[in-house]
Amino acid sequence: MNASHLPILQVIVPLMAAPVVILLRRPNAAWALATLVTWTAFAISLALMAQVLNEGAFVYPIGGWAAPWGIEYRLDRVGALLLVIISGIGSVVMPYAKSSVEKEIPRDRVYLFYTMYLLCLTGLLGIAITGDVFNLFVFLEISSLSSYVLIALGRDRRALTAAYRYLIMGTIGATFYIIGVGLMYMATGTLNMADLATLMPSVIDQRTALAGLAFLTVGISLKLALFPLHLWLPNAYTYAPSVVTAFLAATATKVAIYMLIRIIFTVFGATHILEVLPFVQNILMVFALAGIFAASAVAMFQDNIKRMLAYSSIAQVGFIILGISMLSTLGLTGGIIHLFNHALTKCALFLAIGCVAYRVGGTRIGDMQGLGRRMPWTMAAFVVGGLSLVGVPMTVGFVSKWYLVLAALDKGLWPVAGLIVIGSLLTLIYIWRVIEAAYFQQATEDAPVVTEAPLSMLIPLWITVAASVYFGIDASRTLDIAFDASETLMRGALP
Amino acid sequence: MEYFTGLFNYWVVIVLMMMGFYVVIAQHNLVKKIVGLNIFQVSVFLFYISMGKVKGGTAPILGEGIEIYSNPLPHVLILTAIVVGVATTALGLALTVRIHNAFGTIEEDEINALEDDESAPAILVEPEIDEEAIR
Repeated sequence: MNASHLPILQVIVPLMAAPVVILLRRPNAAWALATLVTWTAFAISLALMAQVLNEGAFVYPIGGWAAPWGIEYRLDRVGALLLVIISGIGSVVMPYAKSSVEKEIPRDRVYLFYTMYLLCLTGLLGIAITGDVFNLFVFLEISSLSSYVLIALGRDRRALTAAYRYLIMGTIGATFYIIGVGLMYMATGTLNMADLATLMPSVIDQRTALAGLAFLTVGISLKLALFPLHLWLPNAYTYAPSVVTAFLAATATKVAIYMLIRIIFTVFGATHILEVLPFVQNILMVFALAGIFAASAVAMFQDNIKRMLAYSSIAQVGFIILGISMLSTLGLTGGIIHLFNHALTKCALFLAIGCVAYRVGGTRIGDMQGLGRRMPWTMAAFVVGGLSLVGVPMTVGFVSKWYLVLAALDKGLWPVAGLIVIGSLLTLIYIWRVIEAAYFQQATEDAPVVTEAPLSMLIPLWITVAASVYFGIDASRTLDIAFDASETLMRGALP
Repeated sequence: MEYFTGLFNYWVVIVLMMMGFYVVIAQHNLVKKIVGLNIFQVSVFLFYISMGKVKGGTAPILGEGIEIYSNPLPHVLILTAIVVGVATTALGLALTVRIHNAFGTIEEDEINALEDDESAPAILVEPEIDEEAIR
């Protein structure tokens, strides 16, 4: 295998495997191939990450056609980090999926589930690696359409309406995105990100380019569930199958945030648009803070733990956007590192809840009573994940919150720093409700007798938990990548 | 006057876009929402096609006497977007059929009432497993 073709293999391997899974049909064979492909994708993304770290950002023209006529893949540190997150989360979730999917999805649809999962993986990886704004739209739609199907596979009939609402909102977001791309193309005559970045300063005074930026920002904000455009998210995460929730919560919104970073800091980077238009920056910051508090407040009153964690995701997206909106290297570092850390943490939490759903059959707070004794490993993982979500030292959550507070102080935004700390403490309240139910309440008399989840589910769960502790203690590697990435992005320079 | 006639295509785009968007938001019928979504998307297709048109230009082919031609790239992009739009519509309608089977209605307010009703079973019937399909 020629190593220089790794960028295209990253995308093409899962894409080609998807139809093969349909031909295989048998649930076990489908699972085996999907797992193998995901692990291959993970290996490729690690190789690409190593290449980026050693040789710096690089360009891969597809079919040898040079940009701006051909489509090129362009990989820098943020992109490579995203690839590692997506394929890494996929690799952890896949072994877990076998038991969970057998339980939650009818046997004759399992192969279709894995097909959709592979397509979703293709789309998400493609978004992270492409250097062409229209190509990005195509990947966005591949990942979105497959994730609507994945969500609709949930057992509850409300999964169907959740998927439908996500489809409507997601399509509006994606359509806004192409309107924005169209306006940028009108102004510059190119679709290549690097080309756009060089041409943008000369056309930024035109209303066309500004209108394009507005459409892009709103469209992408819908996709990343920035408050108040988050309405599709809670039901979608609540009623989707456990595996789907864990995978999408850790990757889908993160990839949309990456899109926003790419548009603001790469395509519009040389124009320093957010500094020229400070109100855009302020709007992002206000919505981010409003999202942190509104979503945390709603999360506290949720009866269903999956829905509670879904609202928590909206709050955490708020933290990431807050970091980005500070427009400083430190703030962007905080945002990027929180993107990585939150993916790990939220994946661990949803996997733990998936274990509970597997054994107990429900995810309501009443189902958690006394589980601390009956499913000790699962609940211990939930506690560590929860602590990381709160931002307790020695976990990844602490590292990112620390950087966000530092960034706020660095900018002289004392109130914002205070709000970040208060927002994190709100997390403690809703995580504590689960801990209290699991450890300090007795199971009701008629509660079903449950045992610990199978090892095939516990091991992936503990891998994510261990990773969220490991990167909390030794954060230097991820921090270096995030810092270098944000320094390049802040300069507005090309990757 | 030039403001209206010269930019006629773009006015049509805006009108269609707002009509489609309004239908998506205001209609409570799930099929009508998809119709609105389609109008919304079609307006974007028209937008791209208008953008690529050069006045007096022909198709971009090599030939005698052809000097001015329209920009083919937006047209090609829109072919892709049309395919995406068809896929979205198909998926949306498929979901609507499933919703109709599960709830017995495709009116959003009635569905909301059924969803809030905690006493109703969330999972109606376990689907039959088609063993032939996975052999």
